[in-house]
Amino acid sequence: MSTDLGPTPPAATDGGRRRGAAPAVTRLLVDSVRSNTRQYGMLFALGLIVLLFQIWTGGDLLLPRNVSNLVLQNSYILILAIGMMIVIISGHIDLSVGSLTALVGAVAAVLMVEHHLSWPLAVVVTLLIGAAAGALQGFFIAYVGIPSFIVTLAGMLLFRGLTEIFLRGQTLGPFPEGLQKVANGFLPEVGPVTNYHNLTLLLGIGVIALVVNQEVRNRGRQAEFDLAPLPKNLFVLKLVALVAAITAATLLLASYKGAPVVLLVLAVLLVCFGYVMRNVVVGRHVYAIGGNLPAAKLSGVKDRKVTFAVFLNMGMLAALAGLVFAARFNAASPKAGINFELEAIAAAFIGGASMSGGVGTVLGAVIGGLVLGVLNNGMNLVGIGTDWQQVIKGLALLAAVGFDVWNKRRAGA
Amino acid sequence: MTGEAPAPGGAPEGDAPGDLVLDMRSIGKAFPGVKALSGVNLRVGRGEVHALCGENGAGKSTLMKVLSGVHPYGSYEGEIRYEGEECRFRDIRASERRGIVIIHQELALVPQLSIAENIFLGHESARRGVIAWPETLRRAAGLLRRVGLDEHPRTRVADIGVSKQQLVEIAKALAKDVGLLILDEPTAALNDEDSAQLLELIRELKSQGITSIIISHKLNEIARVADSVTILRDGRTVETLDLGAPETTEERIIRGMVGRSLDNRFPDRTPRTTPPAPAPALEIRDWTVGHPVDHQRKVVDGVSLRVERGEIVGIAGLMGAGRTELAMSVFGRSYGRYLSGTVLRDGTETRTRTVPEAVEAGIAYVTEDRKHYGLNLQDSVTRNISLASLPRLARRGVVDSHRERVLAEGFRRTMKIRARNVLEQVGRLSGGNQQKVVLAKWILAGPEVLILDEPTRGVDVGAKYEIYTVIDRLAAEGRAVLMISSELPELLGMCDRVYTMAAGRVTGESSRAEADQELLMRYMTHDTAVPAPRHPAPHEGLPDEH
Repeated sequence: MSTDLGPTPPAATDGGRRRGAAPAVTRLLVDSVRSNTRQYGMLFALGLIVLLFQIWTGGDLLLPRNVSNLVLQNSYILILAIGMMIVIISGHIDLSVGSLTALVGAVAAVLMVEHHLSWPLAVVVTLLIGAAAGALQGFFIAYVGIPSFIVTLAGMLLFRGLTEIFLRGQTLGPFPEGLQKVANGFLPEVGPVTNYHNLTLLLGIGVIALVVNQEVRNRGRQAEFDLAPLPKNLFVLKLVALVAAITAATLLLASYKGAPVVLLVLAVLLVCFGYVMRNVVVGRHVYAIGGNLPAAKLSGVKDRKVTFAVFLNMGMLAALAGLVFAARFNAASPKAGINFELEAIAAAFIGGASMSGGVGTVLGAVIGGLVLGVLNNGMNLVGIGTDWQQVIKGLALLAAVGFDVWNKRRAGA
Repeated sequence: MTGEAPAPGGAPEGDAPGDLVLDMRSIGKAFPGVKALSGVNLRVGRGEVHALCGENGAGKSTLMKVLSGVHPYGSYEGEIRYEGEECRFRDIRASERRGIVIIHQELALVPQLSIAENIFLGHESARRGVIAWPETLRRAAGLLRRVGLDEHPRTRVADIGVSKQQLVEIAKALAKDVGLLILDEPTAALNDEDSAQLLELIRELKSQGITSIIISHKLNEIARVADSVTILRDGRTVETLDLGAPETTEERIIRGMVGRSLDNRFPDRTPRTTPPAPAPALEIRDWTVGHPVDHQRKVVDGVSLRVERGEIVGIAGLMGAGRTELAMSVFGRSYGRYLSGTVLRDGTETRTRTVPEAVEAGIAYVTEDRKHYGLNLQDSVTRNISLASLPRLARRGVVDSHRERVLAEGFRRTMKIRARNVLEQVGRLSGGNQQKVVLAKWILAGPEVLILDEPTRGVDVGAKYEIYTVIDRLAAEGRAVLMISSELPELLGMCDRVYTMAAGRVTGESSRAEADQELLMRYMTHDTAVPAPRHPAPHEGLPDEH
């Protein structure tokens, strides 16, 4: 099975001479920013929003306690956003996740509070229920061929109704302490007494080492493929910026109670799903069916299986989000998770998803979710009412996607 | 006088300009990178049926789009005179107001609406915006009688067959007070009987004073219905012939369509070194496929063919001949409804019911429509190339992205894919380079049999040569190549053998030695297998009537 076509075939009219010298640094910067506009743009916007509220709140936004809060408040939306991004990349949508989080919370509460099931066992059971709910929807979408909008709209009503039936319209709690500690707690403290949380510091150092290693390795490989790596000084600048950002975040968290447990969960999800979407066959197939379904089919992609898996996964993540949410508020409520699906969808689109599918990254979804989260938190701190918060979030979504559309049209794509 | 390419714009010797309905003069139209039309003249006399002939891509459709205002005034060169007045159409509506109506090959009907609603779509009989139903239905019924369609005006268009839909289109044109009716391949989707009826209707309309231009590949059809024919080739007028005149022969039309230019645009075919195998690498037996919606209609009808290892075999045919449908249905039944037939690989019957099965059987299909069926334009060169081979590039589901990139880089260099790097978005590449990416994708999949569907469509000359070189190399490595192409010189330059198809059937098979453009065109313009003379008689007259 030779893939090598041997020496270059004789070309009749080859005008494609390599361009000689390395292009100017500025040109390179503009190029790399342009080809990743959405992601760089959103990172930039996130920085801007943080800065704005940091000034507006007189420094309250980035107080250690508030940063911890920010993470805890947004964790379930971020978990949903990761799954939603994958759903949207595959060219679908899921409207049912808000109701599903509520349903899962309700089932967990019934199991643990009424039937006194041990919490780890209850977690496993509820995750399976979420996966089953996702699989059911995935079946109708992938194998029966009903549009995902319809199936998940039905799911949204169905799961909400089941939630109320399970809870008989009541709020049910409290949850076992163990589960609360996971959802609301922080990493345990180890080692000598410093002014900082030791384990968090260690984690921070670990993350820095990993990131730097990854960046350096990537850069080394780029030369092999004519990829024109960043010039050395810019690369160093990028590394310094990355390290500074991680250090700042670590110190902030470490000077309070340390890193929240859910932050660790989120980090694991981010890394795992990022890896799956980039490097695992299934992840690639998700991009392929979202980007061009007929072409994917003709390339041998089993599109139905992939679609099914995407929704199964979404269901499981929705269950996880539901558990975190219920444990955080220490009760399951029939009104839990209302509009979560919309927040998750907004996060995905702000973070670079495309309505037509095939585009987006898991990291983008998290950035998009953080933009919304910081907006929420910041506006709360400065005392803007929920009425105006909604208005502003709506405008932010419109602006983010509008900017992207405008930018693409200008590029003539 | 005969087949030699005449001077550009070689106009038909002048009739009296007075009885011309349409006079298009020196029409030129350029698209980025391509000159689609240059110096084309078309003169259509009053009350005649005028046929427009030419190979795929000769510029027929572009010329009609210029005429109907799809390409607005200012985007083309030259002058259009209709009924003696110069026309500067800004859009289709402008040309329709003058009574020029075009019926496209893909019908422009809304299937969910009724016949009557479709007929008056955009020109509804209404009072202050409220549809006047009685009048609409009455007028629709009248128009349906005129085109000989016996259906109630309230019938949904989705509920009637294609041939009746065609009649609805014509009724719709009549509703617009059509003076010049343009039909683009009107019988391409029709069976013989329906075709005959439609042609009869065109003659009927002629007697009512409606002039028509009919674009068609079927020479027998043209002979039956048209008064004169204009031949286009490579965006230029070859000549206009009076079909009544004795010197107008089928030979002459065919020669006009294909021209005689065969220059050095192909690499020398590497002589086959593969030892003859006991069985062909690919053999298709009695392959029959039904239309995806109308299962009764056989799109591919009893096709049998074979391709040896190391051989390049061509399939020639005009639009609608069923070539792509054959290829796609063999490749994992990706088109239509399988009715009968078997696929053999190296002599053993093989299951190719799904795409993964076909790939497993060592078959690859490189699509003619790379944008819709070949590429994920939003994704990178690397990921497009690897898509069909991911399972092979992965270990326990994890893609070896380094190796993937190394392989993509290899293709970029050997196939001269002009991209800044392998991470560049495929949508930003030129057509030729996109085509190379699709080809690379399937070469990487390591097939024994490659079905290439129009591998050089929309590709510039330089890139074409490079693609031919790749194809030649594939055959030299012992793979079997089945190549579908609408460009006869390409087939003659590259193939060891050429099959011709028309109306879903194989109508001929010729070796490299005996094939020439005229012979292939003869096979391609007949629906049934032609007992073809080795050297077609030089002066065979066109049959007047079927």
